Amino acid sequence: MTQPTTAATVGHIQPDDAHTDHGDTTVFGFWIYLMTDCILFGTLFATFAVMRTSFAGGPTGKQLFEIPGLAYETAALLLSSITYGFAMLAAYQQKVGQVRAWLVVTFVLGLCFLGIEVHEFAKLIGEGAGPDRSGFLSIFFTLVGTHGLHVTCGLVWMAVLMVQTIGKVRLTPRAITRLSCLSLFWHFLDIVWICVFSFVYLLSVM
Amino acid sequence: MLGKLSLSAIPFDQPIIMGAGAMMALSVVAVLGVLTYFRLWKWLYTEWLTTVDHKKLGVMYIIVAFVMLLRGFADALMMRSQLAIAYHGNPGYLPPHHYDQVFTAHGVIMIFFMAMTFMIGLMNVVVPLQIGARDVAFPFLNSVSFWMTAVSAILVNLSLVLGDFAATGWLAYPPLSELHYSPSVGVDYYIWALQISGVGTLLTGVNFFTTIVKMRAPGMTFMKMPIFTWTCLCTNVLILAAFPVLTVTLGLLGLDRYLGMHFFTNDGGGNAMLYITLIWTWGHPEVYILILPAFGIFSEVIATFSRKPLFGYKTMVYATCSIMGLSFVVWLHHFFTMGSGADVNAFFGIMTMIIAIPTGVKLFNWLFTMYGGRIEFTVPVLWTIGFMVTFTIGGMTGVILAIPGADFLLHNSLFLIAHFHNVIIGGVLFGYLAGFNYWFPKMFGFKLNETWGKRSFWFWLTGFYVAFMPLYVLGFLGMTRRLNHYDNPAWHPWLLLAAGGAAMIACGIGCQIVQLFVSIRDRNLVENRDLAGDPWDGRTLEWSTSSPPAFYNFAVTPHPDSIDPFVRMKAAGLAHPRPARYEGIHMPHNTPAGLFVGGFSAVLGFALIWHIWWLAVFGLVCGVGTVIVRSFNPKIDYILPAADVARTEAQFAALREQDALLKAAE
Repeated sequence: MTQPTTAATVGHIQPDDAHTDHGDTTVFGFWIYLMTDCILFGTLFATFAVMRTSFAGGPTGKQLFEIPGLAYETAALLLSSITYGFAMLAAYQQKVGQVRAWLVVTFVLGLCFLGIEVHEFAKLIGEGAGPDRSGFLSIFFTLVGTHGLHVTCGLVWMAVLMVQTIGKVRLTPRAITRLSCLSLFWHFLDIVWICVFSFVYLLSVM
Repeated sequence: MLGKLSLSAIPFDQPIIMGAGAMMALSVVAVLGVLTYFRLWKWLYTEWLTTVDHKKLGVMYIIVAFVMLLRGFADALMMRSQLAIAYHGNPGYLPPHHYDQVFTAHGVIMIFFMAMTFMIGLMNVVVPLQIGARDVAFPFLNSVSFWMTAVSAILVNLSLVLGDFAATGWLAYPPLSELHYSPSVGVDYYIWALQISGVGTLLTGVNFFTTIVKMRAPGMTFMKMPIFTWTCLCTNVLILAAFPVLTVTLGLLGLDRYLGMHFFTNDGGGNAMLYITLIWTWGHPEVYILILPAFGIFSEVIATFSRKPLFGYKTMVYATCSIMGLSFVVWLHHFFTMGSGADVNAFFGIMTMIIAIPTGVKLFNWLFTMYGGRIEFTVPVLWTIGFMVTFTIGGMTGVILAIPGADFLLHNSLFLIAHFHNVIIGGVLFGYLAGFNYWFPKMFGFKLNETWGKRSFWFWLTGFYVAFMPLYVLGFLGMTRRLNHYDNPAWHPWLLLAAGGAAMIACGIGCQIVQLFVSIRDRNLVENRDLAGDPWDGRTLEWSTSSPPAFYNFAVTPHPDSIDPFVRMKAAGLAHPRPARYEGIHMPHNTPAGLFVGGFSAVLGFALIWHIWWLAVFGLVCGVGTVIVRSFNPKIDYILPAADVARTEAQFAALREQDALLKAAE
């Protein structure tokens, strides 16, 4: 067995840093997951495009949607994206207290968004315009509700990350990777919401 | 409290179903008994159920696939025997409602729980080894994916004895699959089994795409990747792009059934054709998800056993990528008769025919690889040659079906059934069986018996032709698919012949079981043991590891600098580098979390099927809770000490020396 020397000369022995640093790979993988989520929403938008006039004699979007409430909802979500950005900036500077504070603000804004959405859904169902009324309302509730479900998951995730920062003076690389992934997720939901706002609400009332 | 579930859900009055259920229960009891008798529970739990090792997960996928192959094939035998006798006033032995469930279950099981599972199993075993990685990018996620697939398979089997399965055909077209026409739990079993396994598959896609893109050994550029890894990369792209559509489609059908929505209903503004479009937007890429890795296997097998590099590596890569792209612009050929108009039909017809071009390129590449080679007619090569002939026939009947005018006559007939079995058995299944025989020594450290493997191949091949060529004829004779009984005397002889073919395939499967038995019995014979890890004089990196590989795969990260790197390494005498000093290796801990997530998904699915809402909430909360609790655990990985690595590698070196001595003695 003379292989050790020959092997070393052709560079077979290297530190395996590529195999131990996982943060980069995790964020990449999460990006890929987000792309699949994008296709999921894309399919729902396509379904909306097909069913947007399937009123089945029921109410139309123009009769149902109230833009002012929607404006608050949108403002809350867009603002929460900015505050999450502040949380990330603080995370990169290892200011754990600030991270937590901005996450709390983001969480509250997200909760406001959900609150307004649930209120709108309840009102529509109360008026007899629930998801079982027509094809149009089915896809409306499903598309907007799927986004709301994603926001809910984001909030649960955020709560977990907030709990995990308690008692920490420094954020581990793993914690920063998790915050980065949620950051991507949260901004992604913002973009989806802009599409919901434009194609579902605005186009319906125009 | 128990939703729709009651004792009346068990069909006590159906002897066939109760018999099958009793058989299943007996097998489960037998397995549990063996585990208990040999005190294997702890071993099973620590070594297998909680593993995050891609190779062991791959083996478990393949076991699930074989079990489901038996189940799906039992369905096939029932259909063929029913049609052999249900003629001229004889109703046969399967009443229509049961028969409808049988053909639905056959399709669902064969595609999702045999083919997909088999493919993902082989990909799990081989891809990280081929790219010189120590594991996949997300080992825990990999175990979650497996358990989601496994519990879905269990849900499908549960439907046999508890309630019923969908009686709608394998894609559950509405409005038939809507609550109004299918009020039982059958379609709900279908929806939730496929949703859970679909999420598992999607996560596999994310995992392997990331693994292949980010974790290749230094030096392995994209154009130096082994061809099987290339085909798996393309397959994972297709999974990522197609499976979200399946999730949405089944989700919308579920919303129709559970919340009274109107996506695909006849009333309320629903649109059933939307479902057909959506399901095939997933469904057509799905068949390429299955066939591309099979193409990769054939490429590896034919290059290895022709003792030559693959002919036209680059064109093979480009052909694979073009098939990947084209697979998204052909889905409408599944419903030419929907009435999209001549222009749309012509576009999709032409796009479909174009796929034959890259596929033809591949076929010629394989032929030219064999040309001038020293071909060894091992079992994997037989499967490959059988594939090349059979798949070509299936491809050509596919081109016939791609002509919209011809499709108007042939669609929904047995001609179509013959066509897709021709490509799926002759392409996908032959490929996976070639891969199974080829990589089996890598998985277990001993070879499969060649004699029984060849017997199995010949029974399968001839059985396939006898079973499915008559179906082409029957299609021309006007026999539509999914018939339960018939009166036409012209059909009867052909159906008898097809039933004979199914019996021959049964012999083929029997030979495979004997092959496994004989191989395990003779595993310690000198000629069967794979001591050096390279039984076929292989060309790619997986053959440089021991068989089975150490759980860290590579003690030293390889630096592949060419296609077929192991050939170069062997020629240079550098096949097994042994450094003076090893380094510690970063590895993930085993975890039961994946098993728990899978288990709770099964609870969730079962509860949703039977409308047991409290249990559904419980399953959901516990499943999500498991992941959250695990995220608090800082000890998910560790550094394997260098001394342990050195010890394992010394054992492998000793085995290689033993092998060299044995070879010299010959």
